[in-house]
Amino acid sequence: MAVIHDMMPAYELFQPTDVEGAIALLNEHGDGARVLAGGMDTWDWLKDRAKRITALIDLAGIEELREIRATPDGVDIGALVPLTQVERHSQIVQNYSVLADSARHVATPQIRNQGTLGGNVSQDTRCSYYRSGWPCYRAGGNVCYANTPTSLNREHAILGADRCVAVSPSDTAPALIALDAKMVVQNRRGEREIDAANYFIGPGTDIERMTVLKNGDVLTAIRIPNTWSNAQFYFEKVADRKSWDFPLVNVASALRVENGVIQDSRIVVGAVAAKPLRLFRVEEAIAGRPVNEETAAAAGEIAVRGAEPLRLNGYKVPLMRNLVKRAIRGQEA
Amino acid sequence: MADFNLIGQSFGPQDLVAKITGRAKYAEDFRAEGMLFTKLLVSPMPHARVRSIDYSEALRLPGVVAVLTADEVPQEDHPFEPCLTNEPLYEGEPILAVAAVDETTAADAIELIRVDLEPLPFALNPLDSLRPGGPNATLMGNVYQEREVVELKWPQEVFDAANEPDQMPLGEANDEWEYGDLEAGFANADYIMEETLCCQSVTHHPMEPRTAMAYWQNGKLYMHSSVQSVAQSRRGIADRLGLELDDVILISEYCGGGFGSKIRGSVTEVIPALLARKTGRPVMMRITRAEETAIGRGRPGMLGWARMGFRNDGRMTALDLFLVQDNGPYSRQGDSGTSGDVAALAYTPESMRFRTVRVLTNTPPRAAQRGPGGVQIVSMLEPMVDRAARQIGVDRLQVRLVNAPNAETQFGRGSYELTSCFAGEALSRGAELFNWSERSQRSGQRNGSKVRGVGIALSPYYGGTSGWDGLVVIRPDGKLYIHQGVGNLGTHSCIDTAKAAAEVLNADWANCEVVFGNTSRHLPHSSSQSGSQTTHAHTRANWVVGQAAKGLLQELAALELGGSPSDYDVSGGRVHRIGAPGTGLTFAQAAERAIARGGKFDGHELPEDINDMTRTSATALAGQGLVAAAKDNLPHTARTYSFVATFIEVEVDVETGAFEIIDVTSVADCGTVLNPRSLAAQANGGVIQGIGIARSFKWAIDPTWGVHLSKRIEATKPPAMLDVPTTLTFEAVDLPDPQNPVGSKGIGEPPVGAGAGALLCAVEDALGGLAPSHQPVTPDKILSIVESGSLGWSRLETHV
Repeated sequence: MAVIHDMMPAYELFQPTDVEGAIALLNEHGDGARVLAGGMDTWDWLKDRAKRITALIDLAGIEELREIRATPDGVDIGALVPLTQVERHSQIVQNYSVLADSARHVATPQIRNQGTLGGNVSQDTRCSYYRSGWPCYRAGGNVCYANTPTSLNREHAILGADRCVAVSPSDTAPALIALDAKMVVQNRRGEREIDAANYFIGPGTDIERMTVLKNGDVLTAIRIPNTWSNAQFYFEKVADRKSWDFPLVNVASALRVENGVIQDSRIVVGAVAAKPLRLFRVEEAIAGRPVNEETAAAAGEIAVRGAEPLRLNGYKVPLMRNLVKRAIRGQEA
Repeated sequence: MADFNLIGQSFGPQDLVAKITGRAKYAEDFRAEGMLFTKLLVSPMPHARVRSIDYSEALRLPGVVAVLTADEVPQEDHPFEPCLTNEPLYEGEPILAVAAVDETTAADAIELIRVDLEPLPFALNPLDSLRPGGPNATLMGNVYQEREVVELKWPQEVFDAANEPDQMPLGEANDEWEYGDLEAGFANADYIMEETLCCQSVTHHPMEPRTAMAYWQNGKLYMHSSVQSVAQSRRGIADRLGLELDDVILISEYCGGGFGSKIRGSVTEVIPALLARKTGRPVMMRITRAEETAIGRGRPGMLGWARMGFRNDGRMTALDLFLVQDNGPYSRQGDSGTSGDVAALAYTPESMRFRTVRVLTNTPPRAAQRGPGGVQIVSMLEPMVDRAARQIGVDRLQVRLVNAPNAETQFGRGSYELTSCFAGEALSRGAELFNWSERSQRSGQRNGSKVRGVGIALSPYYGGTSGWDGLVVIRPDGKLYIHQGVGNLGTHSCIDTAKAAAEVLNADWANCEVVFGNTSRHLPHSSSQSGSQTTHAHTRANWVVGQAAKGLLQELAALELGGSPSDYDVSGGRVHRIGAPGTGLTFAQAAERAIARGGKFDGHELPEDINDMTRTSATALAGQGLVAAAKDNLPHTARTYSFVATFIEVEVDVETGAFEIIDVTSVADCGTVLNPRSLAAQANGGVIQGIGIARSFKWAIDPTWGVHLSKRIEATKPPAMLDVPTTLTFEAVDLPDPQNPVGSKGIGEPPVGAGAGALLCAVEDALGGLAPSHQPVTPDKILSIVESGSLGWSRLETHV
């Protein structure tokens, strides 16, 4: 049968007003159901008819998902909170500026008004072969079109590839991991909290998913503990354009520094692997070291150990190396 | 400068309110009783033959009204581009169209169609097609020989001789010219440099994708479409459907951009027209953004090679240029030929040889894109000239000044002469505004990881045609109606050029109305709004018709009031005795007297030399007032070219490959300024378009499957808001061209090459002369160059 893209097909739209209602609908419609947050990822898939659904469960009507609440231990951000609010919320700006910074680097003001934090961390990869509807591993097939001797794979993975070489495109995900955030996920069996670093999964775990979310699960909130409140933060994104673009590589970090010496840190890099990578080896290596060019340079070298570039993405190795370096040293040499 | 009332004043365009308030109706805003929508079944592969199609199930889907196949539409031999085909030559080429009550139904019907395709060999990179045994894009051959498609293969030795992956193989060209003594030119050179050149193909991507709605009434085709021209597009539509011109009514009052992709009638108009005829109902076809990437035309990319010889003072003694044009699958594109002329003009080398071969590829069809050929060559050669200047030790402004053309210059394939040229003035004034002498001292200055770079580019481009018609009516309501057959592309030239007629008649602009955008409103034979023609062509045509109207008014006054025509002048909405502005006839009175007298005064007698289209329109208007029609027979004895010099400063972060544009300053030689505000918008817009081509705009086509992977705007990456500075500086030299009655020349094209070239030069300057030499210069390429001096893959790869 012939294929047509860029034309929305018909499906049923449901607009529940509470999480339980949304979960009930997801269970009722099973594999044909899809959750809608801001739609910035979903509409593309549906318009291109590359993913087919029978029911769209729109979460926009669930008020509690749209709130930011201060908690005794930090802040809870509803999954449907638009990125613009994340970018501007006073508590986030004051205490967790790395998150506000990362949100500000997403796409454009219009997309940040519409796109949500939950959606930004749960979005699918941008691999253009996969998104074009090609029958690759991630789409349930048994080939990777992005990793052949002729493939266009400038945007793809240099680390953690397993058959699939797609990368995580989120700008906010590295920041959330750096903040030790917890993802609150609800399904019909109840609610559970997952470390942000474990929320994202690589192809070795499940090649068809980017996160732990399975059908019937709803990400309801992102919980930020005050562990890293007012730490020394850094976020940087390198992309082809200054706006309306996904990262070639991004980095988020949180450092606790006393008397110029690093006590503890979180260093996370995005768009180099299928999930944002928390760089444990780097964190270990810099603990107890002074914040200086030497520490930063060593961190950069450790970060890229084991990197395996593809045909067109060799630049990601120095780019990741330099961004990790800057995450420790700052932008100015 | 001559003393004008309207020319040189800033005006807001008269359609501004309609556009801002959303009341302006673009093609897809129209609805007609019983209207159907159509969707396309397009080829999923770059070259194939349809073995069979079964659409019986699609026809059974409720709401589906008709299917149109390639067997039912006009077909001619290649290079004719049919609207539907059984031998698709690119991925995304339409094979079949479905008309249904709505778009969802039409799309669902497409998914019910079984189409059996036989894949055929395909070529994506022109060099692959030139290899011995390489694939041909069409069954007829792979290159244009004049207007014919033939097969051309280069022997293996040609490829073997280019022993590095980045080195351009130089085989046989089939179009070439030469002037001067090239051998002596190189022999006399103090410094010779030789390089591989490349630049990429990019889609036009106007904001408004192409839409057309068609219906038939009493044998006439009514077409609402998004086109860049009215007079010329109508002819294109009529030709494609085999109709008489008068049987096509084209409505296109507003066009959301075209950049050359919406000039003549195209497949996207023919399909709804034929489906409307087949179903007896109005049919609308809206092209989606993803379809636009395939159907919407693109700029031909090029691979090439140049050798330049310089004397120690920077003067170019010889230029040997070889360009392989990625022509796409259909009509022969003029880009590479134009590139030769533009190179010859930009540097006026003492001797030059130009060679080119236009290779067909199974990639989206090409069309002229704003500055066709100019953008490619300026963006490829300007950085090379910079590298040479560094080697010789000549300032990069100086090397351009010493080679810049002037009014005496003869250049290019035909030793063309220029109507005027103030390229040197544009460069000098730009250098002054930009403060070149100070800023260029900052070249390579490093602050942390950031390095400054500055660049200049001079971009010449053709700036206007002549010989078109003007048509005006002074009606009994006392208003001057200026009819324009050009499009309303958003450049304001549709309105601004009408002022030439008002200027001649000393008319109050508030009392003038421009009639455009609908052929049933009786429009003259006009240029297409493309190739920077309009400003020059239609200030001329409207000046001439203004004079014709003035002559008729003077003659009429003499007949009515006595004396001789030369006793009368026209101003303040009257024809009056010279020196007595309150006397004579008002425009309203003159219109009534003209109608009463008939004959040549009210359009019943018309000049012999006007075009048939103008004659038909003027005849339809006859008796409605004082009607003047005239052909532009003013002298046009040389080529009209405009020039833009752009200066850019950047700051490149050598740790990330990202860069910031600090300043953009441009100065244009485009003759007398018609409308300063519109001009600045047009020039800066073009510079930004060029910056986008140089820094991010791209195609990505998988080399194994021949399928486009960057179909959405987000993936195609035209420049966005933050990619250019908030303020761009622009100034015009504002010196008149002697062969235009108001002194104007076109400005649409040249800023694009200037923006692209200056940015590439600036980035390369920051990198100390190291160059990615592969557009666009995205962070990955810059960082690769900084790290290892090479991209890590061949620069001769296309569509990466």
